[in-house]
Amino acid sequence: MSVLRIAKPVYDAIRAHGEETYPHECCGALLGRGAADGWRIEAAVKAGNTRTDSPKNRYQIAPGELVKIEREARSRGLSIAGFYHSHPDHPAQWSATDFAEAHWLGCSYVITAVAEGSAAVTNSFLLAGTTEEDKRYEQETIEVFATSEAASESLTAPTESKKA
Amino acid sequence: MTIYIPTPLRPYAAGKDAVDVNAGTVSGALDELTQTFPDLRKHLFTAEGKLRAFVNVYLNDEDIRYLPEKDATAVSAGDTLSIVPSIAGGCQVSDRMNSFLWLTRFPTLSPERRRKGRARSW
Ligand SMILES: [Zn+2]
Repeated sequence: MSVLRIAKPVYDAIRAHGEETYPHECCGALLGRGAADGWRIEAAVKAGNTRTDSPKNRYQIAPGELVKIEREARSRGLSIAGFYHSHPDHPAQWSATDFAEAHWLGCSYVITAVAEGSAAVTNSFLLAGTTEEDKRYEQETIEVFATSEAASESLTAPTESKKA
Repeated sequence: MTIYIPTPLRPYAAGKDAVDVNAGTVSGALDELTQTFPDLRKHLFTAEGKLRAFVNVYLNDEDIRYLPEKDATAVSAGDTLSIVPSIAGGCQVSDRMNSFLWLTRFPTLSPERRRKGRARSW
């Protein structure tokens, strides 16, 4: 089982994001560095959930926004290591749609259940495999690490959010 | 020009996050990329040679699908090409059983509030 190491302020921020957007889903990207046994997440970037048809149970990050997020990651010497989203009043388990629409192999997909507006369980799933045909989700251990204030800057959207 | 390689495709591009190519068009740039790193091809294109539906290619800040000349658009040395697989998900009707199991864990919610699913208490 791989390990997702995530800085405490980032972990807190992605859970708080799910509370902010409740009862709608929130989403964003995780920036970090790769290690042999998993990602080390140092920052998160909030994305505007661009699904306006049913933001309650759908999430999507516009590719144009992803291009800007990737630019931001590069400027900080980090990589896009994964993504996070929330499940309002729904367990922190991936859904069939989450799986079908996951294409970032080798990246971590973090899901936080938000129960009645309050962040509950947070789980991480590594999208394992090498192709669309053999991809699968593998649950990861989440390790929250303490970090200095200076390194804890997170959730600075590089671009205006399109639609919350 | 520089082509930025997304995290999942770096293992097929010798671990690189960016690759410089000399090409006149977007498709020329992608051709050069996949000639240098043949393993990338099946991740970017279908067997018919079309860009996979979930693979987005941006010339600077423009989606090439919406450029008038699409992948025949001319490029110059200072341009960048970003390859970004799409990001989406959601909980659909097929997940309703999960949702039901979840709600049974919160028996304090009235059925009315459960049904409306917007029981925010603070
Ligand atoms: Zn989901």
